[in-house]
Amino acid sequence: MIFAFDFIILLFLIPAAIIALQLKDLLAAAMVFGIYSFLMCLLWAEMGAVDVAFTEAAVGAGVSAVFMIATIFNTKRNSSD
Amino acid sequence: MKKLSGIIVLIVGLLLLYGVSDPDDFPSWGTPDSPANKSPVSQYFITDTIVDTEVPNMVTAVLADYRGYDTMFETVVIFVAGLGIFSVVRVFGHSGSGRVVTADTKPDMIITNTCRLLIPVIQLFALYVLAHGHSSPGGGFQGGVILGASFILVALAWDLDTALKRFSEKQAIICAGIGILIYAGFGLASVFLGEEFLNYGIIHRILPGVDSPEMARYYGMLGVEIGVMFTVASVMFLIYGLLATRGRMTGGL
Amino acid sequence: MEEFIHSRFNYWIYVILMMIGLWGMISKNNLIKKLIGMSIFQTAIILFYVSIAVKSETANIPILPHHGHDFSPKVALAHADSPYHEEDHGDHNGHHTHVETPKVPDPDGYANPLPHVLMLTAIVVGVATLGLALAITQKIYREYGTLEEDELLEKVRADDHD
Repeated sequence: MIFAFDFIILLFLIPAAIIALQLKDLLAAAMVFGIYSFLMCLLWAEMGAVDVAFTEAAVGAGVSAVFMIATIFNTKRNSSD
Repeated sequence: MKKLSGIIVLIVGLLLLYGVSDPDDFPSWGTPDSPANKSPVSQYFITDTIVDTEVPNMVTAVLADYRGYDTMFETVVIFVAGLGIFSVVRVFGHSGSGRVVTADTKPDMIITNTCRLLIPVIQLFALYVLAHGHSSPGGGFQGGVILGASFILVALAWDLDTALKRFSEKQAIICAGIGILIYAGFGLASVFLGEEFLNYGIIHRILPGVDSPEMARYYGMLGVEIGVMFTVASVMFLIYGLLATRGRMTGGL
Repeated sequence: MEEFIHSRFNYWIYVILMMIGLWGMISKNNLIKKLIGMSIFQTAIILFYVSIAVKSETANIPILPHHGHDFSPKVALAHADSPYHEEDHGDHNGHHTHVETPKVPDPDGYANPLPHVLMLTAIVVGVATLGLALAITQKIYREYGTLEEDELLEKVRADDHD
C-alpha cells in the first residue's frame, strides 16, 4: 500500500519476466524465474496478503525452482531459442 | 504463426488495458468502496469469524471451516498429481535405453555437517508453522511444503538412496493417502454424530476436554490441517524423487 | 490526470505482465520456456486478484490482534463472571453484571480475506500442474531426443506417416 515501494518492485518485475524468457541457458532462466517468484512474494507481503506471500515463498523457492532444475539436469541445458 | 503471435498479444493487451482504465465501471486500485470490498460475504467473514470459531486468523478459518470442501478437493488434486507423475515417469528394473544420469560426486563434508545441524531445525519450524496457523500466517500447506523441502535437502546433501532409506517410496504414497483419509474422517465423524459433512461443531461430544461448538471447530480445523500437511509433504518428496532420477528412484542429482 | 494515473497504474502493469506470459507461451520454441511463460501468467493473475483485496493505506492484515481477545465473546463471558470485574465499569454496582457485548472488528480496518483464500488454492494447484508438465516433458525427451517444438513436430509427423 506504500505507493513508492509498489512502483519500484513492479518496475523490477517486468525486466525479470522478459529476461527469464529470453535467456538461452535454461539453468539461468530457472534462476531468474526464482527471482521473479521472490519479487512477487515481497509485493504480496507489502499489500497485506501475508498467508499468500508465505505460501509463494515456500513454493517458489523451495519446490518450483528445484523441480525445474531437476528436469533441466535430465534433459538439455541449452535451448536454441 | 509465430510472427502472428506478437500481433495477437498486442491486440489482447490493448483490449485489456482499455477495459481496466474505464473510469465508470472498473473501481480504482485500493479503495474501500469497491464492490469486492463491500460485499456482505467478506464483511461477514471479518466481523463474525471470531464469534463462530475462536480463531483469530481469518484466512485459515475461511480456508478450513467455511470453505472446507474446496480445501479437501485441493488436497485430492495434489494427491492425484503425485499419482499421475508416478504413473507417467516411473520405470521398474533396468530399461536399458538412454544414458544413466548420475552426478558422480561424493557427499562433501562441509555440506553434510551443516545439513545435519539444519534439518532438525527446519522440520521443527515446519511443525511450528502448522500449529500456529490459527493465530499467525501459516497453516497446513506452508508447513507441508517446508517439511517436504527438508526431505529434499537430505536427498541433495547426501544422495537419494540415503533419503529413501529413511522415508521410502511406499511409505510416502501411504502417507499421502492417510492425509486425505484424516481430512475425510473429520467430515464423516460429523455425519455419524448427526450433522452435515464437515460441520465440525458437533464433534465436541466425542473430543475430551472440549465443551463448546466454537472450540470444537478450532480443534477440527487443526486436525484437518494435519491431514493436509501429511499429503503435501509426501507428495512433494515423491515428485522430486521421480523427476530427479527420470523414474528410476536411484542415482540422480 | 495525476489522480487517474495513480489509481490505474498498477492494473496496467498487471496486464503487461500477463501479456508477457502469454507471448512466452505462444512464441517460444523450447518446451521449458513455454512452461516458464505459463508460470509467469499464473502468478500475474494471482497478483491481480490479491490487489483487489487491498483496502487502503491504513488497513491491517487479516489477522485479529492480541489473539482475538478484544473481540471474542468467550473471553468477554469469562471476564464478566470473574470477581475482579468492578474496576472496569463505573456505573455498575454489585457483582451481578450483564454480559458485556464484545467489540466487533471494524470491516474497513482489515484487508478482505476472501481473495487470499482463493489464491492459496490457486498457488498450490499451479505447483501440482507444473510438476506434472515437467514429468511429461522428461518423457517427451526420452522418446524423441529433443525439446524444440519444430523438430518435435517433424518427428511426430514422420512417425505418423510410417
